[in-house]
Amino acid sequence: MSRKHVTCTINGDPAEFLCEEDQSLLDALRDVVGLMGVKEGCATGDCGACSVILDGRLNCSCLVLAPEAEGATIVTVEGMAGPDGLHPLQETFLEGAALQCGICTPGFLVAGKALLDRNPDPTEEEVRYAVAGNLCRCTGYDKIVRSILDAAARMGEAAPAS
Amino acid sequence: MTVTATTTDPQPGYKWVGTRPVRHDGLDKVTGRARYGADLNLPGMLIGAVLRSPHAHARILSIDTSAAEAMEGVRAVVTGADFPMLESGGEGSGEEYYDPLDLCRNVMARDKVLYEGHALAAVAATSRREALAALAAIEVDYEVLPHVLDVSEAMAPDAPILHEDLITEGVEPVPTTPSNVASRYVIDRGDIEKGFAEADVIVEREFVTQPVHQGYIEPHAVVADVGEDGKATVFCSSQGHFMVRAHTAELLGWEPSRVKVIPAEIGGGFGGKTTVYVEPVATRLSQKAGRPVKIVMTRDEVFRATGPTSGCKIRLKVGATRDGRLTAVSGSMAYQAGAFKGSPVSLGCMCAFAPYTIENVFLEGFDVVVNMPKVTAYRAPGAPMASFASETLLDEIAERVGMDPLEFRLHNAAEEGVRSVYGPIHKRIGFRETVEAVRDHPHYSIELGPNQGRGVASGFWFNFGGSSSATVHINEDGTASVLTGSPDIGGSRASMALMAAEELGIDVYDVTPIVSDTESVGYTDVTGGSRVTHATGLAVIDACRKVVADLRARAAMVWDVDVDEVEWVDGRAQHVSGDRAPMTTRDLAADAAGTGGPITASAAVNARGAGAAFSTQVCDVEVDPETGYVKILRYTTAQDAGRAIHPSYVEGQMQGGVAQGIGWALNEEYIFDADGTMENPGFLDYRMPVASDLPMIDTVIVEVPNPGHPYGVRGVGEVGIVPPMAAVANAIHDATGLRLSELPMSPVKVLEAIGANGG
Amino acid sequence: MARVIFGSALRRYTGGVDEVEIEATTVRSLINALDRRFPGLGKHLESGMAVAIDGEIMTDALYEPVPEDAEVHFLPPIGGG
Repeated sequence: MSRKHVTCTINGDPAEFLCEEDQSLLDALRDVVGLMGVKEGCATGDCGACSVILDGRLNCSCLVLAPEAEGATIVTVEGMAGPDGLHPLQETFLEGAALQCGICTPGFLVAGKALLDRNPDPTEEEVRYAVAGNLCRCTGYDKIVRSILDAAARMGEAAPAS
Repeated sequence: MTVTATTTDPQPGYKWVGTRPVRHDGLDKVTGRARYGADLNLPGMLIGAVLRSPHAHARILSIDTSAAEAMEGVRAVVTGADFPMLESGGEGSGEEYYDPLDLCRNVMARDKVLYEGHALAAVAATSRREALAALAAIEVDYEVLPHVLDVSEAMAPDAPILHEDLITEGVEPVPTTPSNVASRYVIDRGDIEKGFAEADVIVEREFVTQPVHQGYIEPHAVVADVGEDGKATVFCSSQGHFMVRAHTAELLGWEPSRVKVIPAEIGGGFGGKTTVYVEPVATRLSQKAGRPVKIVMTRDEVFRATGPTSGCKIRLKVGATRDGRLTAVSGSMAYQAGAFKGSPVSLGCMCAFAPYTIENVFLEGFDVVVNMPKVTAYRAPGAPMASFASETLLDEIAERVGMDPLEFRLHNAAEEGVRSVYGPIHKRIGFRETVEAVRDHPHYSIELGPNQGRGVASGFWFNFGGSSSATVHINEDGTASVLTGSPDIGGSRASMALMAAEELGIDVYDVTPIVSDTESVGYTDVTGGSRVTHATGLAVIDACRKVVADLRARAAMVWDVDVDEVEWVDGRAQHVSGDRAPMTTRDLAADAAGTGGPITASAAVNARGAGAAFSTQVCDVEVDPETGYVKILRYTTAQDAGRAIHPSYVEGQMQGGVAQGIGWALNEEYIFDADGTMENPGFLDYRMPVASDLPMIDTVIVEVPNPGHPYGVRGVGEVGIVPPMAAVANAIHDATGLRLSELPMSPVKVLEAIGANGG
Repeated sequence: MARVIFGSALRRYTGGVDEVEIEATTVRSLINALDRRFPGLGKHLESGMAVAIDGEIMTDALYEPVPEDAEVHFLPPIGGG
């Protein structure tokens, strides 16, 4: 089978890769691009471990075909920390013990970022529904929800609304 | 990094124990750098895939792999014929007890397939696409046999028999014909007739639960690489890489030292990763192909071929006096074992009433093989379903005698010196304290609205010790590396670092905790049975104390004084006179070559003294009478942790157990069609709780120190999942007046019950 | 003398006896003494059963000391998740 050439932006950098026509974006990111922070828990869009932000929207990368990423802008967990250090979500997840085994953590961080990017001051209920597409089997979600709320508060303090 | 530890005061008398540092492995896990089982790709690596039975029960008449072997891209094919048949017998002990014959037939079927999803062949090819095409080219001729899933049907005389050589153990006279009942276990104490004669109130019910899966998010994954010297390197996630080494070697007919297992980060296990499935298969494929082989299960395969825990039928009868004293319990429990013997039914019998003092007990348990995957340990194996039954009946009997359910529990609470339901005398336990913690919690007095109800339940788990090893190095800069053989499934590296920091007197961030491979640290049992913080912790503490003794001896050498004149205080050697400048680990490490060489010590234990764990929980629900939907409004769990080393991860274990229990209570179940095919092998239809299903889960860490551990640690991993099903059921009763006795209490079942009650 | 209490599952090896007093210093000598009195019991006890000595449940405990006047139970193997 001939391969597709995909040009896109991944975590702020221009990127190109070759993929098969029916390959999922998840598989391409992991096995071709090498971004192993994108996890596979189900490959059917039910667990959210493979969450990425694709052109500003939260997506399960297992449900996207890799060729569809042509021209797209993709953010994965690997792109969350910047030159100034960790994203506030990464900080609050660490401080709040919001991870146990950690396999779902990249997906929750990406989903949390997608939420805070559009709603910087969510309620607890908004957080719970925003990450309802992400399964965590270890924590019971308590510390995850608190950590997302804490990150929102921290980001609010750092950049007060004008 | 700007991240800092949450400020929490340490435990009185401790500097580090009881604080909440950021876990040492955390940074890798929030940046995507942590490597799990599926995250390794090697040059030249092949992709393996497993052929699984489409039938719940069938004889394999023939397997023809010739077409698959001839396909382009296929490098190796294996079937049961590629693995030695092992002899039956009990191997290992405690945590890791198993029958080698059953294990080898579960990993690769021989003459029969015993469940839909049972592995019977595997291939390694240059891509997944080619591997799957090769599986499709393997021709298998089956003689489909009648199957059985329900425990009662499996116990019936005319049931399809899974194993022609299975003779029930534990009954007299010994049966002469095979059946699906692998064994009968009995607890028989006191005088049951006298006990019920003394009772003023007797309640009796039958309970049914369905198989549920551990539901870890990371599927089983392995990369195996057999070198030209015949030795295998296996990279995989598991709850115990020494277990993987032992089983892989045994199933291949090798000595364990021929296999090196490198532990990946583990993406959840809950008991489900305490055995092997694809690891020996990938290793044999790699040996045949001469290339590294990777196998990653799909979610569908995880559901169809791993886990789950037993579904069961339980009938229990409980008697109490008018003033609320339990006089007798009796009943029977039948647990599905899956395709091979070994359900946790005996543990169910032992745990069901373990929080209480009851003199007259008769409980019998039946271990029943059925055509579904062999059950695997799941958090407090056997106890949750038994306690669903027992704690529901206790709620009912408390109601009948007119007592508050917590007061009823306090009235009958087991305590130190009292004989347990399962036999031995209880040591110091903290059950009563967990009940009092819930009683005194503000949650217990919040007013409820219409259609709302409150339920409580308690639970017990033994906890376990077992074998662990640890090695501690003092590095040249005075920091310490702590190597153990315990996979870190929920923050145990942070606990090991805290205990090492406490013993060595150095900063917790100057300790690097490491999970070492099978060739770099001594043998260690699986991470399970709530044993790691206790048992591996004991090895770490012991190794650190050896290091401290060595550091004092070296300081004595430098100062030319007797070692008895050197004290170790806050990470420094001090001379009792106080007239010498103290020496830190850094000072002593800098001079190590001159004082005897590198500073290092190892310790190993088969840990005794694991203190039992108890949990008491309260749950508020709101039941929608139109839809039968049960919403969890509030949840509070109190658990005896003995001594919390890292309270955040103790809370995490408590909250995680509760969330799994709520899923078990309300939604989760294996659903099979008439052919014995699982109908819901995916997260869409096997419905685990998501964030919007749950409220915050409030925790109360009760601390009744375990006398068997220097800091008082009790394991905390398991008991939290024991009470939730009954707590939810009792809350539904409080809201609706209905006693539900079947899990899951899904909207359909709740609506049916409301309808049957005249709705 | 250690007091050994047999659960129901073991009483088929003891002919229904539910409790005996045995002189023993270790679990191994205890099992050997029990096997002399109840032939066949020893092998069963050594095949993966846990032992509880004064309430302390242990596995791989053959060389564990049995204190004078200890109470001993044999239990099914206890695993965990």
